[in-house]
Amino acid sequence: MDIVQEAVAWLNDPLNWTGSNGVLALTAAHLRVTLLAVLLAAVVALPAGVWLGHARRGGTAGVVLANTTRALPTLALLTLFASAGLFGNTATVLACAVFAVPPLLTNTVTGLGDVDRDVVDAARGLGMSSRRRLWEVELPLAVPLVAAGVRTAVVQVLATVPLAALVGGTSLGSIIVNGFGTQRYGQVLAGGVLVAGLCLVAEGVLAVAQRLLTPRGLRESTRPARRWRQGRPSDPPVAAMASSSSNGPTSA
Amino acid sequence: MRLADSPPNPWFSWDYVERNHADIADALSQHVSLTVQAVAIALLIAFPLAALAHLRPRLAAPVVGTAGVLYTIPSLALFALLAPYTGIGRTTVLIGLVAYALLVLVRNILTGLQGVDPAVTDAARGMGYGRMRMLAQVELPQALPSIVAGVRIATVTTVALVTVGVVVGYGGLGQLMFRGFRSNYHAEIMTATLLCLLLALVADVAIVLVARVSMPWSRSARLLADVSV
Repeated sequence: MDIVQEAVAWLNDPLNWTGSNGVLALTAAHLRVTLLAVLLAAVVALPAGVWLGHARRGGTAGVVLANTTRALPTLALLTLFASAGLFGNTATVLACAVFAVPPLLTNTVTGLGDVDRDVVDAARGLGMSSRRRLWEVELPLAVPLVAAGVRTAVVQVLATVPLAALVGGTSLGSIIVNGFGTQRYGQVLAGGVLVAGLCLVAEGVLAVAQRLLTPRGLRESTRPARRWRQGRPSDPPVAAMASSSSNGPTSA
Repeated sequence: MRLADSPPNPWFSWDYVERNHADIADALSQHVSLTVQAVAIALLIAFPLAALAHLRPRLAAPVVGTAGVLYTIPSLALFALLAPYTGIGRTTVLIGLVAYALLVLVRNILTGLQGVDPAVTDAARGMGYGRMRMLAQVELPQALPSIVAGVRIATVTTVALVTVGVVVGYGGLGQLMFRGFRSNYHAEIMTATLLCLLLALVADVAIVLVARVSMPWSRSARLLADVSV
């Protein structure tokens, strides 16, 4: 109980929130590193994934890549990069980008590869070129999975960045690592709550964003939406057409 | 020899391994024992939990949802939340590892149980199988490929995750990585990293072999197809 009180006291101290090592600055650093890492990974993974998925290749390569990076400890990559001469957050960005590639790549490849063959054939039948098929048919249909990949990558990187505090990176993880170093367990607990909270909030926000990004026709809960539209009193086009067509015979 | 003055390659040095093999063996055995214990305990907890969620479908969504939410909590934060209560040391690392392995396992066991062909369960019901007997003798064996896939993922993830235990002093090979970083000893980091990867690979292959022996009815092709789950 003592520790909880300490943690609450730590969180309530305004001095811990402001300043260059305050929670706000550290959160900003945390988000900046995450953004950079995901962008870096996306620049590599998205074009590669689109190319592989459009060509309907590379499914196995993606699985192998995902399994290998699962086995590679984050700490290993962080210490390797950090001791190879990359200081501060450069090592963090690079290491996190490496771990953000697999979810982005595999989801893009599967997203494009899983587009119904019949749909692609229909597009070809309409005379669409390969490039137009990609932009107007395959990519919109792949958006939900690609967005899911981005969401996984972002949350994963947000969760990985704190570890970089061990090798000199600055993020919310610094609070935890400093707390461990100085044996202030109230601060450790407070840092844990902050990091966990950030990840949970990000996960929630991105879940909403993913839903908004998904083309309306592809959203999972299309059924209630349709029912709502049908039940709407003002469905003028159908009603008007029906009445005008039935008007014909009666007036005649 | 000249090795002592200027090592030919600061990243790969057999010299380091020879001179510190006792140290490396200690870290490796700590790593292995933590991994094995964590996965074993997680399996023991995961089976009843998944079975309960399967028998009471109303519980399935909350169980899987909670697992998903807990899984988004970073390992460092989890250790930070645990350490004030469970102390600095082995217990904290073990609890954290069990928690993450548990989440993977419950999800995969449940997926396996729910993916059993309804025709098979119908046939079993027609033969007079009770609910528990059906679970033990029909559904569990049918779900084994998915369960094995879960155990593989959980094991490989745990091997990687043990290194984070370094914050509370029990990181297995992570201790070597961190010490190597502190003293700027590149060979120490690289050796620990390679051993980690090797350990994950060996554990993965071992599980596949055990699974193949214990599931003679499931041909290797099927097992391989489930890897991507």
